[in-house]
Amino acid sequence: MTTAATDLRLDSRQAATGRRQRRIGGVLLAVENVSLRFGGVQALSGVSFDVRQGEIRAIIGPNGAGKSSMLNVINGFYQPQEGSFVWKGERLARMRPHLAATLGIARTFQNIALFKGMTTLDNIMTGRILKMRASFLEQALWWGRARREELAHRAFVERIIDFLEIQHIRHTPVGKLPYGLQKRVELARALAMEPELLLLDEPMAGMNLEEKEDMCRFILDVNEEFGTTVVLIEHDMGVVMDISDRVVVLDYGKLLADGTPDEVRNDPRVIEAYLGLVHD
Amino acid sequence: METLEHILLQPFRSIAETPMFFLEVLIGGLMSGVMYALVALGFVLIFKASGVFNFAQGAMVLFAALFFVGFLELGWPVWLAVAGSVVVMVALAFAIERVVLRPLVNQPPIILFMATIGITFFLDGFGQTIWGSDVRRLDVGIPTTPLIVGDLYINQFDLFAAVICGLLVTVLALFFQFTPTGRALRAVADDHQAAMSVGIPLNVIWTIVWSVAGLVGLVAGVMWGSKLGVQFNLSLIALKALPVLILGGFTSVPGAIVGGLLVGAGEKVAEVFWGPLVGGAVEDWFAYVLALLFLLVRPQGLFGERIIERV
Repeated sequence: MTTAATDLRLDSRQAATGRRQRRIGGVLLAVENVSLRFGGVQALSGVSFDVRQGEIRAIIGPNGAGKSSMLNVINGFYQPQEGSFVWKGERLARMRPHLAATLGIARTFQNIALFKGMTTLDNIMTGRILKMRASFLEQALWWGRARREELAHRAFVERIIDFLEIQHIRHTPVGKLPYGLQKRVELARALAMEPELLLLDEPMAGMNLEEKEDMCRFILDVNEEFGTTVVLIEHDMGVVMDISDRVVVLDYGKLLADGTPDEVRNDPRVIEAYLGLVHD
Repeated sequence: METLEHILLQPFRSIAETPMFFLEVLIGGLMSGVMYALVALGFVLIFKASGVFNFAQGAMVLFAALFFVGFLELGWPVWLAVAGSVVVMVALAFAIERVVLRPLVNQPPIILFMATIGITFFLDGFGQTIWGSDVRRLDVGIPTTPLIVGDLYINQFDLFAAVICGLLVTVLALFFQFTPTGRALRAVADDHQAAMSVGIPLNVIWTIVWSVAGLVGLVAGVMWGSKLGVQFNLSLIALKALPVLILGGFTSVPGAIVGGLLVGAGEKVAEVFWGPLVGGAVEDWFAYVLALLFLLVRPQGLFGERIIERV
């Protein structure tokens, strides 16, 4: 680890201690006994865990452990063969992308899924779509509610743009932006949905140290200021151990461990699965 | 030397000598260009909203026209025939979304493209099974007598078509660019998964778009049908829409119009003033050669979204 990396860890640890007064509430989402198969491949088998209101929950595991599959199940892209969800105490047999978005689950993608031909502003505005109430006809005529709504949403989006410090690229088509900024725009779009639960699939993958540091700060700020619950997948163990409240460890589609960073770090099964990653 | 003079100078000389005649040819060309644009518009709508090149657009034009003319022959009044055809096209959009598109969500565009080829065969066959394959005359009462403005003869029918098309395009362009639904449509075109993750209902969007494309097809079918008669050939005018799209850009509604005007005016002027030099029939290939040149110089078309490649 370089000194800069150590600084990063110190920074986020300070932030973490500052956050200790945060209120962590009851169970927001529970995933129960989820099994997912693709033909003969068992991607997830009997995985259960819960996410509490206001916490930062990490999902870790070696490559192919089923982490991304888990996120895709939570937001309804994949339909598991078995298992169910409990959202705020209410049991849901199935999850669909549209339902997930309506409930307040937003996400980002491992390989960045932005609308490349559209500007940063338009991309973020798509996050407001479910909040828009004006009818098709009103929109077509740019009349009454449609006009007021568009302006109000625009104002909200500007706040997010300020928050994530991307003012300068407001009107740039996102396809032209460098990787790190694209990741930030993706986060902005997810935040525009005012999510209760934010799913982040490797938000720091492929970033340099400075970008990672920024992203860490944004995630912590979002969690703290808006009380947004965060579930993230991340490979950088330093980051995971520092910013998350509890960690789920998957291996070969099975739940290997579940607990605080310290508990997980010292779990012999986790150490075995990672073999060397933890004691570096 | 003499050949060069014939090609490069002679036509311009005759243009300069007969300016009124040139203007007539140009206006005639622009107006038939509007008719091409009408067909191209259907392609653009679906391409924008689903990233799919809809091979079936020509077949949809024919299908809509067949139902319209069929309803008229049953003795229905025009307004009822219009309403009936609209219902048919919207029902078709629902059916296509349910049977073809929904099972293919998240498939690569080439798969969806192949599916639209299947839809083409189905529509061509189905329409003609119901209504037969004879050529039918279609007369919706648009006057065809020429309008005389000063020294110019202008075809009233073409003028009418141009006005309709202009209205249609203005409304669609504004809608796509400036409303939340338009934004949602563009988002779906760009990335299905991302669109779903922000809660855009893919099925609804696709049904809307295919319905609108069906309605544009209906307008095109009625216009072209009045001009050429309703027959199988109508589905082939879609081929003329291809160079229009390459010129204007596959993703731009105004581009479809400008592309249509360029192709229409270009091929008429070329036919009349350059045609005699090569024994005529320039009209048949002019558009395709123009499209080829465009592909070399500006593959995204005049108004298309820039193709951005990061490496």
